[in-house]
Amino acid sequence: MMRDITLGQYYPVESPVHKLDPRTKLFGTLALIIALFVADNVFCYGIAAVFLFGIIAVSKVPVRHILKGLKPVIFLLLFSATFNLFLTPGEELIHFWVFTITKEGLIRAGMMAVRLIFLVMGTSLLTFTTTPNQLTDGLERSLRFLKVFRVPVHEIAMMMSIALRFIPILVEETDKIMKAQMARGADFETGGLIKKAKAMIPLLVPLFISAFRRASDLAMAMEARCYHGGEGRTKMKPLKYRTADRFAYVILLVFPVSVAFLRVFL
Amino acid sequence: MIKLERVEYKYNEGTPMEAEALHEVSLEIHDGEFIGLIGHTGSGKSTLIQHLNGLMRATGGDIRYNGESIYKEGFSMRDLRSRVGLVFQYPEHQLFEIDVFTDVCFGPKNQGLPREEIEERAREALSLVGIGESYYKKSPFELSGGEKRRVAIAGVLAMKPEVLILDEPTAGLDPKGRDEILGQVARLHKERGMTIILVSHSMEDVAKYVDRIMVMNHGRLVFNDTPRAVFSHYKELEEMGLAAPQVTYIAHALKEAGFPMETDVITVAEAEEAILCTLAMEEER
Amino acid sequence: MGIIRAKNLIYNYIKRDEEDKIEEINEAVKDVTLDIEEGEFVAVLGHNGSGKSTLAKHMNALLLPSEGTIWIGGRDTKAEEALLEVRQTAGMVFQNPDNQIIASVVEEDVGFGPENMGVPTDEIWRRVDECLQAVGMSAYREVSPNRLSGGQKQRVAIAGVMAMEPKCIVLDEPTAMLDPNGRREVIRTVRELNKKKGITVILITHYMEEVIHADRIYVMDEGAIALEGTPEEIFSRVEELKNFRLDVPQVTELAYNLRKKGIPLSPCILDIQDFVRELAEFRKQRVSL
Repeated sequence: MMRDITLGQYYPVESPVHKLDPRTKLFGTLALIIALFVADNVFCYGIAAVFLFGIIAVSKVPVRHILKGLKPVIFLLLFSATFNLFLTPGEELIHFWVFTITKEGLIRAGMMAVRLIFLVMGTSLLTFTTTPNQLTDGLERSLRFLKVFRVPVHEIAMMMSIALRFIPILVEETDKIMKAQMARGADFETGGLIKKAKAMIPLLVPLFISAFRRASDLAMAMEARCYHGGEGRTKMKPLKYRTADRFAYVILLVFPVSVAFLRVFL
Repeated sequence: MIKLERVEYKYNEGTPMEAEALHEVSLEIHDGEFIGLIGHTGSGKSTLIQHLNGLMRATGGDIRYNGESIYKEGFSMRDLRSRVGLVFQYPEHQLFEIDVFTDVCFGPKNQGLPREEIEERAREALSLVGIGESYYKKSPFELSGGEKRRVAIAGVLAMKPEVLILDEPTAGLDPKGRDEILGQVARLHKERGMTIILVSHSMEDVAKYVDRIMVMNHGRLVFNDTPRAVFSHYKELEEMGLAAPQVTYIAHALKEAGFPMETDVITVAEAEEAILCTLAMEEER
Repeated sequence: MGIIRAKNLIYNYIKRDEEDKIEEINEAVKDVTLDIEEGEFVAVLGHNGSGKSTLAKHMNALLLPSEGTIWIGGRDTKAEEALLEVRQTAGMVFQNPDNQIIASVVEEDVGFGPENMGVPTDEIWRRVDECLQAVGMSAYREVSPNRLSGGQKQRVAIAGVMAMEPKCIVLDEPTAMLDPNGRREVIRTVRELNKKKGITVILITHYMEEVIHADRIYVMDEGAIALEGTPEEIFSRVEELKNFRLDVPQVTELAYNLRKKGIPLSPCILDIQDFVRELAEFRKQRVSL
């Protein structure tokens, strides 16, 4: 029942995007985010669309697969769209009872929706084309300067990659425990809020216990494999910029700049 | 009695990711039977047992419990789940209460029974699995692996199911622990007349206890017969990643080596008898 | 001197109450003395709670003895500076296949150990290639571990340990959570490593059919070593094993029962072929008499 969570799962195909340095991809995501927030007219979004769908095409990840990642944010999407649709003042288009839809509202709702959709697609593309390990490596390297401020960058990166590895396992486990309790007559669906919250105890307690057991097992397994923090560690896949990355950086710089340009001059 | 009529189950039906987990499975489970369900991992046996108590819903076909379709409108799935008890693999992972006794009470409490009845059932279920009163107030997490497993099984037994399905109840236990659990299950069958479906990877265990074996392969029911008949197909079983008990192989090896014995033995005791018998006959000659 | 050697090893689990006062002392390992030679395949048998896993964790310095000493490759595990060396000498594979794979891609997980040891990049790749090959998982190198079967996950875990190039690998019930096919896969892999690469193997298990090919078996009960010997010696003691909550393969039990009925078979048969051969010999002799 929870198998359709695609967010954050690596999609293993060979493509130029997969081969890029994770730092390049992180920068690209950042560029996309900036561009989307700067964008305020159709042309800006047009460029963003070309940029995003161009990369998706090169990445060989099926668009359908990426769209599945939108499922968890549909509610947020509808919420923000409705909000903008009805609450933006301007030229009136339709009016009924207390609701007014304005031209500006319509445009804004549309833009907000596109912005959010592009944002989610862009970030999920990052996780589809980058293994969690590469991703955390990239973050670790990009944020290394924070070490000066005593931020445990390596440790945080390691925790992130482990969390990503265990999310699908814990999701499956939740499903299993839920079924086991349903077999004992537990009811997770009916009743008011308090009853529902109470019904979660037989699910949450075993889940937490299992998570703790896994954590302790994993800690032991890591220790047994000589893990002792980031010090003196080498990398199997060290980050190295190649020609493709340099080329990508050029595009990644041109893209937000051109969006900003269109915003100012159109 | 449970009757399955051409039951089908497809994951993600109607999408390109569609995958068939069960294909036209038809079978009957009669009251008081002890059935073994075997099949390699991913053969569909776990999917099948979850259909029997309504945790999964067939995408085709029908399931009848005592003649009544469980998919009929108004049929109570909760009622079905208390009649068809399902013990999942590693059931100790579902324990959550502060003490053993309260945990076992969870099932009957959900059935909405009065308090005395709940406690009565919990006590009875715990005694059935050999957990004494000195354990009642212990935290389930303090127990040994085998004890936890038995408490978890008691948690299902306390609902007084008519049919008990156990998914690999002995996984991870040592040989003695294995025999203890299976012995208790066999007693439930013999003394209480409970219908039992045992999912197992151990052909030796299945051969020793059950009356009938159902074999699943690629979502299909491929064999459904007495252990002796099923294990005579040991070559086909091997192709499915399964096997026969070791003694069956011994019998076949002996026969091939020119020892004129019966090959349809499936337990150590049977093999012993067959060998001694054949030797005695040879001596007479 | 053997690669793993323990002398009067004792380990106590100490349970404390809220005020940190000792509430209960549980002797999990009692006075264990053992000596394992390089290249041996040693099995440790014992029921659940017999102390075998606690003993195994000492071989990797995950636990340190309460009393007595254990030496791994000649190093006392209590010496703090020897810790990484001990763990590189004796690698460890655990029971739960999910809880010991750290990375989300098979090959990256195999590289995890060497990374921690500071092995240069090119060398890591060489080792990853070689170890995935050795466990027969090269085809899955870029796959997520979540897509593998239990047996495959355990083989990846074994490759991950092998990549640290240990002399010795300790497997703590590696097959307890697997189906029969997964169990066979794992045992076959371990035996190959032992035969072809000369890796010392310590296999902890309660599945009897997995240990018939071991060079030597230790049987543990109540934290102590109760029996020690070759598989033939151990499996001839059917009654004793049953008292230790263990069992023997059906062929051994059958031969044992027939022997009790007066058929002169050898005291311990572990193999179907041996059984058939001995019974045939008995018949031949009877005819010639």
